[in-house]
Amino acid sequence: CQPHPGSFQEELVIRPLHSGDIYASFQFRTLWDTDFLQEGQKKVSHYRLFPKSLGQVLSKFSVQELHISFTQGFWRTMQWGQPFIPSPPGAELWVWFHDTVSDVDGNWKELTNVLSGIFCASLNFIDMTNTVQPSASFKPLGLGNATDHRFLRYATLPREIVCTENLTPWKKLLPCGSKAGLAVLMKSEKLFHSSFHSQAVHIRPICQQCTSKAWELRQTLNVVFDHYTSGQGKKEWSLFKMFSRTLTEACPLASSSKVYVDITDNPELFELSPATPLLSQAVVLGDRRTYSVYDLTRAETFGQLRSFNLLLRWKGDSGDMLRPLLHAERYVAGFGLQTGEIHTVIYNNHPYRAFPVLLMDSVPWYLQLYIHTLTVTSKSRDNKPSYIHYQPAKDRHRPHLLEMLIQLPPHSMTEVTVQFERALLKWTEYTPDPNHGFYVGSSVVSALVPSMVAMSTNFTQDQPLFSSFVPVKEESSYFVRVYTEPLLVNLPTPDFSMPYNVICLTCTVVAVGYGSFYNLLTRTFQVDEPSPPLAKRLANFIRRIRGVPLLA
Amino acid sequence: MGLLSDPNRRKALTNLLTRLNAPICMVCYLAAIVWFMGLAFEPFTLRTYMSENAMGSTMVEERFSSGERALSLAKEFDAHKRKAGGMPVEWLVKAMQARGLEVFTQSFSRKLPFPDENKERYMVRGTNVYGILRAPRAPRTEALVITAPCSPGNSDNQAVGLLLALAQYFRNQIFWAKDIIFLVNEHDLIGMQAWLEGYHHTNITGVKLKNYLMTQFHNWSIQAALSLELSSDVITSLDLILEGLNGQLPNLDLANLFYAFCQKLGVLCTIQGKLQRNDWDTAEGYTHAAQTMMLMVLKQACGRSWGDHGLFLRYHIEAASIRGINGFRHYKMDVATIGRLLEGMVRKLNNLLERLHQSYFFYLLPSLSRFVSIGYYMPAFGLLAVILLLRALDLWVNLGAPALEAVDGVTEAEQPSGPGVLTVLTPVVISHLTGVALYLLPVHLQEMAVEHFPVSETEAVVLTAVAIYTAGLALPHNTQRLLSGEGTEQGWKVLKLTALLYLAVLLGCTALINFSLGFVLAVTLVPITASMTPHMPKALSALAMVLLSPAFTILYCVFIYQELIEAPVSVGEGWMLFLSVISQGILDHALYGSLVYPLLALFIYPCWLMFWNILFWS
Repeated sequence: CQPHPGSFQEELVIRPLHSGDIYASFQFRTLWDTDFLQEGQKKVSHYRLFPKSLGQVLSKFSVQELHISFTQGFWRTMQWGQPFIPSPPGAELWVWFHDTVSDVDGNWKELTNVLSGIFCASLNFIDMTNTVQPSASFKPLGLGNATDHRFLRYATLPREIVCTENLTPWKKLLPCGSKAGLAVLMKSEKLFHSSFHSQAVHIRPICQQCTSKAWELRQTLNVVFDHYTSGQGKKEWSLFKMFSRTLTEACPLASSSKVYVDITDNPELFELSPATPLLSQAVVLGDRRTYSVYDLTRAETFGQLRSFNLLLRWKGDSGDMLRPLLHAERYVAGFGLQTGEIHTVIYNNHPYRAFPVLLMDSVPWYLQLYIHTLTVTSKSRDNKPSYIHYQPAKDRHRPHLLEMLIQLPPHSMTEVTVQFERALLKWTEYTPDPNHGFYVGSSVVSALVPSMVAMSTNFTQDQPLFSSFVPVKEESSYFVRVYTEPLLVNLPTPDFSMPYNVICLTCTVVAVGYGSFYNLLTRTFQVDEPSPPLAKRLANFIRRIRGVPLLA
Repeated sequence: MGLLSDPNRRKALTNLLTRLNAPICMVCYLAAIVWFMGLAFEPFTLRTYMSENAMGSTMVEERFSSGERALSLAKEFDAHKRKAGGMPVEWLVKAMQARGLEVFTQSFSRKLPFPDENKERYMVRGTNVYGILRAPRAPRTEALVITAPCSPGNSDNQAVGLLLALAQYFRNQIFWAKDIIFLVNEHDLIGMQAWLEGYHHTNITGVKLKNYLMTQFHNWSIQAALSLELSSDVITSLDLILEGLNGQLPNLDLANLFYAFCQKLGVLCTIQGKLQRNDWDTAEGYTHAAQTMMLMVLKQACGRSWGDHGLFLRYHIEAASIRGINGFRHYKMDVATIGRLLEGMVRKLNNLLERLHQSYFFYLLPSLSRFVSIGYYMPAFGLLAVILLLRALDLWVNLGAPALEAVDGVTEAEQPSGPGVLTVLTPVVISHLTGVALYLLPVHLQEMAVEHFPVSETEAVVLTAVAIYTAGLALPHNTQRLLSGEGTEQGWKVLKLTALLYLAVLLGCTALINFSLGFVLAVTLVPITASMTPHMPKALSALAMVLLSPAFTILYCVFIYQELIEAPVSVGEGWMLFLSVISQGILDHALYGSLVYPLLALFIYPCWLMFWNILFWS
């Protein structure tokens, strides 16, 4: 049997942001024209570009589609615009299983544990108390139109800290590792000296010229550098300043290796050197953007010095950014440790178009939602969701899941509020640092946002990777997913220290003491005379008849 | 318990208690006072120590050096403040934006229930400006707050200047794990209250703020807040202010942190404006510590917020105010040193993994390096409360005694309970109605009072309060006659028993929340209430009762406070101060929800009236 060919593409997009910060997005795509899930076919054991560790996991657990992301920081939509691929703070994992799987929960549990080992992350903390099955928010992105959400599992770990230990295994999945190609730029001391860091792995089956099914592995890494802390306040960026490395070659295994720089705002905003004659246009997130393209497979890109270093210099102050059309945020209102109210605010900044959004909230069981207090208001008027899917929590077993389809009026702010009560945990259920608070994962807003320009619906090979991740089904709109901030909620927490024990003890003593004292104070005591002996009683009887004083 | 369930021994014990009741009570009272005064004696107190691991072991380096920039920013701020005649919103927004912060404003307006003559304000309209430094790679869940007030006149310009300079310096650092909010609030506490209510999206003081929802709202749980007050270019010492609304205190670790950095940077630090002395074994040394502690007790007892930080405490945010003092010492420190001190404190707070919770929340400070924890000071109050209980026990035994001794009939035993309910209920209800009148009428009747008397609104409110208070003295002592005719011996005993238990519960609850208030009230109320009977010489005991009534307690506190801060006042000035304290108390209640005024008007005063009633029992 001939080994199946695969292909590998790598790409770096640099987008200068209006604030003076810079957004760098790496994408690596490995394609493999084989279907190792297909039954009857003999087990695939020869891997070339596709990482074997992932391939084995996919086939063992019959995974249809897998998306995992690790993010440190929060994407500031209002300053940075929309990211190419959004992700919530912490770790996020969602998996579609093949519809032949009988024990989905069992597979899910094992899969999370295996992934935990592969990515050096605490994914093993995913269990039934933080896993949900969204009914509409997470559709498969690849081939196959599975709609039965019994085969979908979604979980987030908002507390997960992402660091170099997660980056190293992620880099090892690349065919060239960090030895050659764009991956040489990924030095952790620079990647983690940034405002935002997110790395992700997306695996899905796609249609390869629609003759056969192919597996696509996309590894993305997004990072935003801050011009105050990394750039010493100067709005001047170069590859070397960002990554403390320059590029010298493409990955030899890559069929394409390109660097794109977003120059849509050029020449007003910044100047770019070295200049390149190659320009490319792409429609990304409802906007037509122009990119300078540097092809690393061509020797002239590297020039005389055999090294490629991009230089971007801001010319003046940049104007204000266009407000992103969709934006969401969330907070807890109220104070004290008994009740509270979760507010989710969704902004539609489109001047004249209304569009529907799907809001998904997964709230841990220890916040007991009062679902009858759920209100949705836009423009101070009640906004009735056209679809509500609510699954109440079970204490210690299952989180709340709330999904709603809400129509956002044009140029409006929609507020979703729901009240909750904080549960009192058992003392073994508190985390080792209970006074830090408990996290509630981000809510997810998914929407088809009306596009300003026509989106291209045909899916071609030479499209840049960043514009081809989410399949576009219609020209007039594009898909956006927005994550809100996670919440940090304080639960009523005992002191867990010596005074706490003292208080418990004192209360017990006081309770016991109070009981006895109350008893003593309210009762009257009388000396109970022991009954006199028979002789005395007889004597008294006779004396009473005689009318003589009785004997004492 | 066997001791009490045996009737003979029980009788012996109760006999002992009734016979020795007065001496025991006296001993308890003296012991309480001695115990309390002993708290300031250094060998009896504990040395402060940092309980929080995250702040203790990690060393931070302070590198802030742009003191000059802070001063020039302060001058610029001053100029713009004068030009704008208030908060220079536009300039401040630009200044913060230029330093890379996300800037928001919040405007608020508020009508006070009556004009505040101390600060000369009635209709308040203002704007808070706050800039947020986003921590890199943090998910927007936690924050620290640094505030500086925008005060009228020349004060606090340097605080704003330093705030901006710190913001600029902090913005260039990578190590922040929590967002930092730089807040400049207008109209001191009113602005702060508006900001906090907007932030937590609540409306607890029941007053509409005009611009309620903050645009671009984001949620963090605020871990700690520092409020900065600085009015001169150089300072000689820094004063730490801890007392917040309703006598709440921040976690002691915050005070420890401040003290640790003052030690590290060689900054003179004071608490209650008093330096620490090392000669605890001399009389002066002890007096100094006792004065410092007494000042803290008085400040805490009055239940108001002594700095802009005070309102944070209600939201479980640990907060303290730091005030720069420019005295007459030779050794002066520049703004850069204060900047370094703040930098160090903020960096350590930034290292916190959990909220500050390890150290004490209930404490008294005789100096910055010594503290008295709740376990040490509570016995002083307990000894006072025991007096009330002993007296109540005595009365109970007294009331029960005839029933026990009655041999021939049931009628006598049941006699006290018959008129008892009514005789007790009437004075209780009437006293409380007087209390309700004292609580409600001053503010609601101010317009009427202003129409009929030549006084201002503020005077009208205060004088109405004083008038109702005085009128209350005339009212209730005739009331029980109204219903039940002649007051019986049993009647007043039942009433006194009720009143004693009521007072004990009231003071006990108060002391648990605000020890100082409970203790101050107990010291003045306990002796007179414990000894009050109708058989005492009327005129003399009436005078004693009035002199130990809650209003006179406030008056004494005013005088003692003035004495302690070394600004003694004459009787006339003291009286004016007393009036302003009352108006401030009512305002604090209406504006920020301070509970001292309602506590005094609705509970303590009626309770005192019940004893007044007993005195005139006939």
